[in-house]
Amino acid sequence: MGATVALQVTVNGESHDSEVPARMLLVHYLRDELGLTGTHVGCDTSNCGACTCLVDGESAKSCTVLAVQCDGAQITTIEGMAGPDGELHALQEGFWAEHGLQCGYCTPGMIMAAADLLERRTADGPISEQEVRKGLEGNLCRCTGYHNIVKAVQAAAEASREVAA
Amino acid sequence: MIGAEFDYAVAESVDDAIALLAEGGEDAKLLAGGHSLVPLMKLRFAAPSLLVDLRRVDELRGIQTGGDSFRIGALTRHAELQARADMGLVAAVATQIADQQVRNRGTIGGSLAHGDAAADLPAVLLACDGSVVVRGPDGEREIAAADLFEGYLTTTVAHGEVLTEVRLPALTGYGYGYEKFNRRAEDWAMVGVSALVKSDGGVCQDVRIGLTHMGATPLRASAAEDALRGQPLDAEHIAAAAALAADATSPLGDLNATPEYKQHLARVLTRRALTTASAA
Repeated sequence: MGATVALQVTVNGESHDSEVPARMLLVHYLRDELGLTGTHVGCDTSNCGACTCLVDGESAKSCTVLAVQCDGAQITTIEGMAGPDGELHALQEGFWAEHGLQCGYCTPGMIMAAADLLERRTADGPISEQEVRKGLEGNLCRCTGYHNIVKAVQAAAEASREVAA
Repeated sequence: MIGAEFDYAVAESVDDAIALLAEGGEDAKLLAGGHSLVPLMKLRFAAPSLLVDLRRVDELRGIQTGGDSFRIGALTRHAELQARADMGLVAAVATQIADQQVRNRGTIGGSLAHGDAAADLPAVLLACDGSVVVRGPDGEREIAAADLFEGYLTTTVAHGEVLTEVRLPALTGYGYGYEKFNRRAEDWAMVGVSALVKSDGGVCQDVRIGLTHMGATPLRASAAEDALRGQPLDAEHIAAAAALAADATSPLGDLNATPEYKQHLARVLTRRALTTASAA
């Protein structure tokens, strides 16, 4: 009962082999085993989205995923968004430029959810406020700073479009 | 919150999962996306002795389109359904399930087997007259949607069986509408209504209406369907049919809504869903 399970994951490009209890949640594995504390625990009930990271490129609420479900997966956390030389990701630039945070607690989850949103998007043209709000419906900001969060994501999308053009 | 301890096994095939379930006894549970089960385990409402993880069972993935029906592998995630514009109502509903993070992990088979009265997909299966295929130690059987849902969080999938496939008729030529009412963007439906309408020259040839969270199981609004079939699809007839949408329902009140309010919502949302479905 409750024996440990072998787990291999690649987190932010680095492979890790671990033995974890089957009941360990992904968010606790990232924070407590790997020390990647940028992924936050907010509500702990899959509502708030503070724990969002990317599993095989798609956003997931890591408080509702068992670490063992991610065996063999590629995981990206907020620590993996900046380039190796420290150059900020377009979304990080956007949140900085548009003041997309107040207390900052929800910010990593917002950025990871926004990364999924922009990656999933197939439409051309600027992303609308409504699209961003729908795309981030799984993330709560208790400072209620949504207005600038939306602008930050739009700025990041625009910057990425300019780079691509 | 951390769940109680459990043993964990990864199934390599459906038959392997069936064998593992049989060995694990009555408290063994299957794990698909885990987005219904893991929250219950964290609250310790569920404490399985063994979890049989289906993540490597590739035979449960993928959507096959054959003629006039879809065969959807049980591990198909909501995110895959939301991208399938050719699947009409199912794609429209999938887009409204919870949020993107949940849609990226949650599966159609898991949602149907969980049988949550407030979940979006069960009433769609019922409205479409779809079915599920289950396999167990005694072989395979097909369960029609009308026979699948028994009560709150209870289905007729037997312990030891694996829900492998969801079958939905393509319903070509039907317009569709989905209306979901909740207090927060990502929440479960306070009430949800799926409508499918087949029109011929503005006259209703066929209509199916599925109600979400209006009882212990998903329901069909049969009185409203009967009232509209054969009638002109104008505002007056749609409103008259929608007024019957809550007939024969007895929803439980909860934190969000009294039974009377849910019945009111069912009538209003049915009118809206029928209007959308008729305009398509």
